[in-house]
Amino acid sequence: MNKMATIIGAVVLLAGGYYLGKSGQKPATVIKVDSEPKAAFTSSGAEEVAAAAPAGVVVRSLVTPTSGELIIVKDGESIQDAVAAASPGAVIKVMPGTYKETVYIDKDNITLSGVIEQGRYPVLEGEGLRNDAILYSGNGVTVENFYITHYKGNGVMGQAGNNFIIRNNFIVDTGIYGIFPQLGKNGIVSHNIVSGIEDAAIYVGMSDNVDVVYNHVFDSVAGIEIENSRHSLVEANFVYNNTGGILAFITPGLPIKTCGDVLIRNNFIVNNNHENFAIEGSLVSNIPPGTGVLVMACDDVVVEGNIITGNNSMGITFTDFSLAGNAANDPESEPNPNRPRVLNNIMRDNGNDPAPVVRAALAALLETTGPDIIDTVGMDDGCILNPERYRTIGLDKYTECEFSTTANIASYTLPEPVPARSMDDLDKGKLAYFGVCAGCHAYSTRMIGPPTQIIQALYMDNPQGIADYAANPVKKRPDYPEMPPQSHLDEETRLAAAEYMLKVQEGWAR
Amino acid sequence: MTRHKPGFLPIVATVVWLAAVWLAAVPHVAQASGIKLSQVCPAGFELVQGQCKLRSLYQMYPSLEDAGVGGLKTGLPAYRDGFSPQQIDLGRYLFFDPVLSGDGSVSCASCHQPDRGFADGRGRSVGASGHPVRRSAPSLWNVAFQQRLFWDARAGSLEEQMLGPLYDEHEMATSPEQLLAALNGIPQYRELFRQAWPADYQSADANIRLDHVYQAIAAFQTSLISLNSRYDHYAHGYADALTEPEKEGLNVFRSFVARCAECHTPPLFTNQQIAVIGTPEPEGMPFDPGASEPLGEPTLRGGFKVPSLRNIELTAPYMHSGRFATLREAAAFYTGGRGHAVPEGEDLKIHWHIWEPGLTDAELDRLVDFLATLTDESFKPREPTELPSGMRPVHNGGAREGAVPQDGALTHE
Repeated sequence: MNKMATIIGAVVLLAGGYYLGKSGQKPATVIKVDSEPKAAFTSSGAEEVAAAAPAGVVVRSLVTPTSGELIIVKDGESIQDAVAAASPGAVIKVMPGTYKETVYIDKDNITLSGVIEQGRYPVLEGEGLRNDAILYSGNGVTVENFYITHYKGNGVMGQAGNNFIIRNNFIVDTGIYGIFPQLGKNGIVSHNIVSGIEDAAIYVGMSDNVDVVYNHVFDSVAGIEIENSRHSLVEANFVYNNTGGILAFITPGLPIKTCGDVLIRNNFIVNNNHENFAIEGSLVSNIPPGTGVLVMACDDVVVEGNIITGNNSMGITFTDFSLAGNAANDPESEPNPNRPRVLNNIMRDNGNDPAPVVRAALAALLETTGPDIIDTVGMDDGCILNPERYRTIGLDKYTECEFSTTANIASYTLPEPVPARSMDDLDKGKLAYFGVCAGCHAYSTRMIGPPTQIIQALYMDNPQGIADYAANPVKKRPDYPEMPPQSHLDEETRLAAAEYMLKVQEGWAR
Repeated sequence: MTRHKPGFLPIVATVVWLAAVWLAAVPHVAQASGIKLSQVCPAGFELVQGQCKLRSLYQMYPSLEDAGVGGLKTGLPAYRDGFSPQQIDLGRYLFFDPVLSGDGSVSCASCHQPDRGFADGRGRSVGASGHPVRRSAPSLWNVAFQQRLFWDARAGSLEEQMLGPLYDEHEMATSPEQLLAALNGIPQYRELFRQAWPADYQSADANIRLDHVYQAIAAFQTSLISLNSRYDHYAHGYADALTEPEKEGLNVFRSFVARCAECHTPPLFTNQQIAVIGTPEPEGMPFDPGASEPLGEPTLRGGFKVPSLRNIELTAPYMHSGRFATLREAAAFYTGGRGHAVPEGEDLKIHWHIWEPGLTDAELDRLVDFLATLTDESFKPREPTELPSGMRPVHNGGAREGAVPQDGALTHE
């Protein structure tokens, strides 16, 4: 009951600090008409998107590039075989049927697209045996139109792929996370229906510029979680009957330590009262049932235009790591939910039947009903519009927001794919020469292979000859070991390395 | 030297030139005048204006927030490079020279042996005193990328880190005064430091500086790059680099059931964080509080830096004090249940990724298969055959080999 004690402790502390001497005081109702429009919303994400998107660009115009290559997978065949055969730019169409496999995509620009016939989807069936349904690490991956069920791990999991699109999938009764893009930049998660997930139905982890829009998530521990991520838009999702609806978190102890610039806008966050069935030790096991929106340590979160009703503990919560009492502290993670911003939201029937931990904390405040909005830290840099509309705790230092809408931000995704790294002196041939070839070839001294100088003299202006030999070497010199094939380098890289090898000089500085 | 464009040369001239180059390529035999430090960078580095700059295919890839954690095609974390070829080579000599230890019995290489993955094959290392120390010697491969050093993350740089083993009575057991006196007493070293830092040793009576000793050793250590394993070939796009069982292992490794990649994150196979996972100590050894002490953070009790898994096949036994003899045993720890090996009375904040994944025997086997694909020693440096001190290298000598009880008296690291 460690976590219970922690939450009680947090709220009691708050009660002591806040309510003593102020009990019973309600915010005054202010009736006024603004004489001039409020300021426009600004954020670092807004600037990034504006710089990348000329006016008139279609919202969320990101697409996976295609080459025209088409591979069709029929029921009884293997999707992974198709992925293995595909080249970047391929579209893999998967016909309705049942596919019992883990699909992994370690190449760029692959569209994995289910074909829906008369309502029949291609089903990825984990049978309670397989780990994850779809893993991807390539950039520019689209996953759409699948029905994924009974996996032990995740439905769709990304590791560092940028420019991803995950849409129109059903993910039912599947493991830890339904959809989990991690360590990627620029992605869209939309129109998915996700339910029965032990942790977060949709979980954006350590990522930048991701839109989570038009999804339907229910019967999970956490509906949508934005964690250690920046520039994320969570909009127009229907989030109900989870333990907690929409979360913006810093999890301490991760290598990317910030969370911020998250817009939670125009969502339906309704009746998130599900029993918490998270795995012991997980962060979300701390969430009290009946939690609508929960912001832990994440900065610059804007909550706007949501319909937040029927969440039995609290509508919106801003808190620090005191909620995460089961995790080790991270001295490098800043715990406060800095600059919380609550614009106009529709809130009703929240807090009607608080979870026991919340009820106990409320009892210390002589309350029996949970608040619409609570700030357990008592931040002094927050803002809110029309606070008198809500039952609040801990918001007495909040001021009036200087903006009333974030409508000027249509998306936090970038219209063009994030490019591969741009390095000033990026020369694939040079990187391959020093990073690979140099293990055996030094310029003028004998190592495992003959000196580069010798090779230059032999091949002169024939880099293709080096590239071809490196792919299929034969023993040439009695006094040297046979060269191992370098076919792991693709043809372009081999040729670039060969060209560089022919022009490099001793101590050559570009 | 004038360079000719080979294409314009008549064939005969080419052959003559070729022969000359061949002769030039024969390694120099050490002259009576002494050792000459290398003027070229070690493998993996390009010489740019006197500095050796790291070059890797991973530099083609982006990395979110420049954190150097991600998936297959993710850029590297921050690293140290930019030392001169001479400084790196001087560091190599120092690294292997037992003159750095108080009694001349051990060198850096004694616990960081090139042939043992730059570790020592022991659960707990043994230094000059002959006593096992508290923890195991970590591999030095890719140490250039480590932001914090020691198992408990208490040092922020290699220069800071090496003060530990150099001056610990149970490790190299020397002192700054003794170290300087020893080096300054060797004319060859004075000459080598002059080659490595010409501007600082112009005067004939300039004494060797401690900060240069540390820098030279750090320069050599940061040259130990291992990024050309079969896994790397796969990551760069060569699908056939891994066998089917190894690919299965990769998928178990990065699955959200085993969750290995969540902390042992590519491309370095560490996220460089401190994790409390609750591994057991060797029989009879008291519980090691780990990072909580140096960081003053009680919730990190039992926490250790997540080690890189590159070349992990070479560095058995495993964990901070070597409890597990094989990779298979180490992998099986993670499926034994959350906190199953935590001693009675310890209330640890076990990491959330430690759970009960229920990995099968076959999955554990595949994990071990995959881990062996992270082995790459293609840039292994040459060991010096003669040392500036005139002493013989000791790291392969077995002076400290033999029966050292793994559960011997606890001494501090």
